[in-house]
Amino acid sequence: MSTAKNININLKIWRQKGPNAKGSMETYKLDNVSTASSFLEMLDQLNEQLINERKEPIAFDHDCREGICGMCSLYINGRAHGPDTGITTCQLHMRMFKDGDTIYVEPWRSKAFPVIKDLVVDRSAFDRIQQAGGFVSVNTSGNTIDANATPVPKADADKSFEAAACIGCGACVATCKNGSAMLFVGAKVSQYALLPQGKVEAAQRVLNMVRQMDEEGFGNCTNTGACEIECPKGISLENIARMNREYLKASLT
Amino acid sequence: MAKSAFLKSSLAKKYWMALTGLFLCLFLMGHLAGNLQLLVPNNALNFNKYALFMTTNPAVKILSYLTYISIIFHAIDGIMLTIQNKAARPVGYAKSNPSANSPWASRNMAVLGTIILVFIVTHMVQFWSRMHFDQNMPLQTIAINMQGMPQEFYVTTDGGYLPKMQVDQKMIIIKDRTDFYDAAANVKIKEGYKDLYKITVAFFQDAKYGLIYTLLYVVAMIVMGFHLLHGFSSAFQSLGLNHSKYTPAIKTLGKGFAILVSLLFAVIPVYIHFFLKA
Amino acid sequence: MALDSKIPQGPIAEKWTNHKNHLKLVAPNNRPKIDIIVVGTGLAGASAAASFGEMGYNVKAFCFQDSPRRAHSIAAQGGINAAKNYQNDGDSTYRLFYDTIKGGDYRAREANVHRLAEVSGNIIDQCVAQGVPFARDYGGMLDNRSFGGTQVQRTFYAAGQTGQQLLLGAYSALSRQIGLGRVQMFNRHEMLDLVKVDGKARGIIARNLVTGELERHSAHAVIIASGGYGNVYFLSTNAMGSNVTAGWKVHKQGAFFANPCYVQIHPTCIPVHGTNQSKLTLMSESLRNSGRIWVPKKKEDAEAIRAGKLKPTQIAEEDRDYYLERRYPAFGNLVPRDVASRAAKERCDAGYGIEANDTNEGVYLDFSTEIQNKGKQAAYAKGNHNPTAEEITQLGKQWLEEKYGNLFTMYQKITDENPYETPMKIYPAVHYTMGGVWVDYNLQSTIPGCFVAGEANFSDHGANRLGASALMQGLADGYFVLPYTVSDYLADDIRTGKIPTNSSEFDAAEKRVKDNIDRFLNNNGSKSVDYFHKKLGLIMWNKVGMGRNEQGLKEAITEIAQLKEEFYKDVYVPGSANELNPELEKALRVADFIELGQLMAMDGLQRKESCGGHFREEYQDAEGETLRDDENFKFVGAWEYKGDDITQEILHKEELKYEFIKIAARNYK
Repeated sequence: MSTAKNININLKIWRQKGPNAKGSMETYKLDNVSTASSFLEMLDQLNEQLINERKEPIAFDHDCREGICGMCSLYINGRAHGPDTGITTCQLHMRMFKDGDTIYVEPWRSKAFPVIKDLVVDRSAFDRIQQAGGFVSVNTSGNTIDANATPVPKADADKSFEAAACIGCGACVATCKNGSAMLFVGAKVSQYALLPQGKVEAAQRVLNMVRQMDEEGFGNCTNTGACEIECPKGISLENIARMNREYLKASLT
Repeated sequence: MAKSAFLKSSLAKKYWMALTGLFLCLFLMGHLAGNLQLLVPNNALNFNKYALFMTTNPAVKILSYLTYISIIFHAIDGIMLTIQNKAARPVGYAKSNPSANSPWASRNMAVLGTIILVFIVTHMVQFWSRMHFDQNMPLQTIAINMQGMPQEFYVTTDGGYLPKMQVDQKMIIIKDRTDFYDAAANVKIKEGYKDLYKITVAFFQDAKYGLIYTLLYVVAMIVMGFHLLHGFSSAFQSLGLNHSKYTPAIKTLGKGFAILVSLLFAVIPVYIHFFLKA
Repeated sequence: MALDSKIPQGPIAEKWTNHKNHLKLVAPNNRPKIDIIVVGTGLAGASAAASFGEMGYNVKAFCFQDSPRRAHSIAAQGGINAAKNYQNDGDSTYRLFYDTIKGGDYRAREANVHRLAEVSGNIIDQCVAQGVPFARDYGGMLDNRSFGGTQVQRTFYAAGQTGQQLLLGAYSALSRQIGLGRVQMFNRHEMLDLVKVDGKARGIIARNLVTGELERHSAHAVIIASGGYGNVYFLSTNAMGSNVTAGWKVHKQGAFFANPCYVQIHPTCIPVHGTNQSKLTLMSESLRNSGRIWVPKKKEDAEAIRAGKLKPTQIAEEDRDYYLERRYPAFGNLVPRDVASRAAKERCDAGYGIEANDTNEGVYLDFSTEIQNKGKQAAYAKGNHNPTAEEITQLGKQWLEEKYGNLFTMYQKITDENPYETPMKIYPAVHYTMGGVWVDYNLQSTIPGCFVAGEANFSDHGANRLGASALMQGLADGYFVLPYTVSDYLADDIRTGKIPTNSSEFDAAEKRVKDNIDRFLNNNGSKSVDYFHKKLGLIMWNKVGMGRNEQGLKEAITEIAQLKEEFYKDVYVPGSANELNPELEKALRVADFIELGQLMAMDGLQRKESCGGHFREEYQDAEGETLRDDENFKFVGAWEYKGDDITQEILHKEELKYEFIKIAARNYK
């Protein structure tokens, strides 16, 4: 933690022209970074400096900048979303760093998340997993049953919500030594498995989503628990266990 | 309907890993119970009786085949998982700080497992293969004072004794490693116990290498301890058994199991090398 | 061109039903012959695309993010309104309708708002059926809470992440259709122009943001659901990528742009910290249920706080000015957003602001009273009737943590201050834009075949939106309005056949886009896009912000004209056209923001009254409250594009008729 108002830092950032280009870590120096800035605002500042020097700015993904859209990523100093827990990179503030620090910034590394440019990766594998079964097959109509017709135990509703809080950022994959996506898939499977509305298709859902997950080239879970620690939304490992259970059940019946 | 990929999906691999792992934990308990007899003074005969039972009882045989299969499956599955997991991240990180989010053992199961596999192989060469195949496997003998003269006897499975002298004088010959034959009649008269106790003690008390063997064994047990430290509770998670009420207990149990089992295993050679009088 | 709102005849409660009954249909076997483009995948876009896919149309959906799930609807915290009356507090479709009209300061269309209230209940049913995990009570029933500007509990919520859960619900429905092949999804694509053939919207030009390729996509109808334009202020609670480009391009192709000056400034955001700040973070309106807003009574105290010599906790109770409670005793800290925002600005302008930033803009949101109250209640509930002061404080803080833990943590991460110990600092920030592309009752713009939904249209919120109504409108449009009205339009297109993309109209549109891109890349200026965006933001915030006056608005119009000239002359956009180029994306968006900014100032200038989010300093009463002019300004101001010079745009007026609600002054005292 830094108490100074402004700090000077060194950055080592992955630069890669395009999907098939060879990349490398490049070194940058940035002065007068306000410790009240977010990490992404610091990158904005660096880009402004690069543009003024007529150099190509660094491409990175970001959008809402309040920790909910899941667009920002970045592996900072060896950790997904940087050296803090329960946050996304856009919520990481520069007061977490000290004057003179060297900060490593890398893209998510996974076979299923190929680099598009610099720090930007393609996470559409997550979309395809969702498309394989992450839904309840109900069409739009003005006359589904009344929302209160089926009571849902509060504990189930709360757990379902906690699983549904996943923002699909991919930190779980990035941080997992195996590049496994099971926390993401487990959370989706759990959200629906816990609700009566989702139970109808539960077996098919888990089989389809796991199949898609495997096809995308994610690694296997070895229960290191790193994903749970680095998940900005604190999604619990319980969800992976629930997926395991659901899959077992679906496979045996 | 999606087809279940129960044998090849990523989740199925986890199940097999967990099931074989847990089965091997059971095996460890059984093995440990047997080994602990080595700590009981003057217990060589009982130990060898136990060894005979373990190698001949049909039920135990089934279990041991299951154990071999489990070990092989566990290892192959582990290797496959490791290969796939490595492939899932073709480009690594320039800087990584995994200790911030996961225990060391959980990240090194493959390395730990490989060391254990090497240990198992050497261990089997040292003891299991001798027990099963060594033509020069010694048989259990006992020294009994006869008229002030210590005389050695073979202990036979029917609870009787055969004077070693008779074998030395070729009146009785040993066939098939354990069978005593009347040399003249060429008839099997009795059966002896393979002296596993003796070779175990001799192994760890070997004048030249005994200390090294003991140390290596202890190291192997530490490695196994770390493997179990993660593996035990991890197996439950893989099988979908995670519950806020019970998981903490399973984790504590797993830690206790890992520490206790490896500690007790390790105590035995240390005792034999440093404390047991030959 | 006269504006025809196409409001159906008949009693207000029967308009929508009757209208639906008479809309034309497209038979299921004909739907696969028809293509629909949906731009944007927020609540409105995703729900529309999913519904069209389910119906059997060929749908192409576009979003600039890397996944449809990231649309900024996801950031809505508080909740979604629906007239379910689950809490038995007398709620009804009529009351939701009435509250929304009143909250909008009588500048919204009655018929649209009533339809919104009618379908609000269906939205909740639909979302629950989809597996949206709303908050529930211990009986397993859905829970509700109340929001600003209402007297009933009709807000459904999922912790502080309601928008996320609803969007993920719509995203799941959309994903299902993508998986089934009925919707083709184009991630990381940005619509850069609309293609009209024979006066009808027939396609778009989109840029693949990864390869830079310009793509032609044709369709029989184009739905714009691209969100609001709050980022015209540079600093806002919008996502960094939120932009007006899709809406502005259809405006340039002939769609009228309505009420651009109606902007909602949300009262509870974290104040600006410095010049490198890129966005503002909202603290949910629900915090006003528990927090009291104040500034010091004495100017010297405010100065001392700013200088770091005094802490807020050192200011005695009698030296604090709880200005909302003082001015609006009936609603107190729960007045509507526009009222609360203006009151904060008034205090800060008068020199009582407490934040040590460039503008001293910040007020306190203090939870200490609530800590004491709830602490005492909690102690009593536990059977402790003589709690010590420490026990009370501890229990009170515990209560706060259960209720707002996420928000408090978020605040602490951003500001490095502990809101349990010291009051939060807050200040209003741009949050939502009520204005947008003008649409008729069918949500069709003045371009046939071009429909606009959600925040992108001007629609239902009049001059001020009530909390928890944006989510309601987005989903109402996408799930329950567009499927009917778009089908009605498409009923004439079953024989049209595929729209070719090699026509001269597509050639021309693509050329427009390409020229624009080349112009930026070849400009060789000296300043970054952000430099201009920040400059525009400052003009907008200072002169077209919370308080506006004739002189400021006129200055804004000329200053923006100068800025536009400077922008095109001196902007530097690095990189090339055929790669991922975020600076180019920004340049294209800022170009549209600049033009829109000018139109907003013009709209503010013509509207010589104060209403909702539009506060003209000349039109206020003695106590500083808004003065509406129903006689002269009870209309929707819809602007028609007339070429590059925005000041030449022509204003069209759609008179608002209040047949079912008696128009009155808004009073929250």
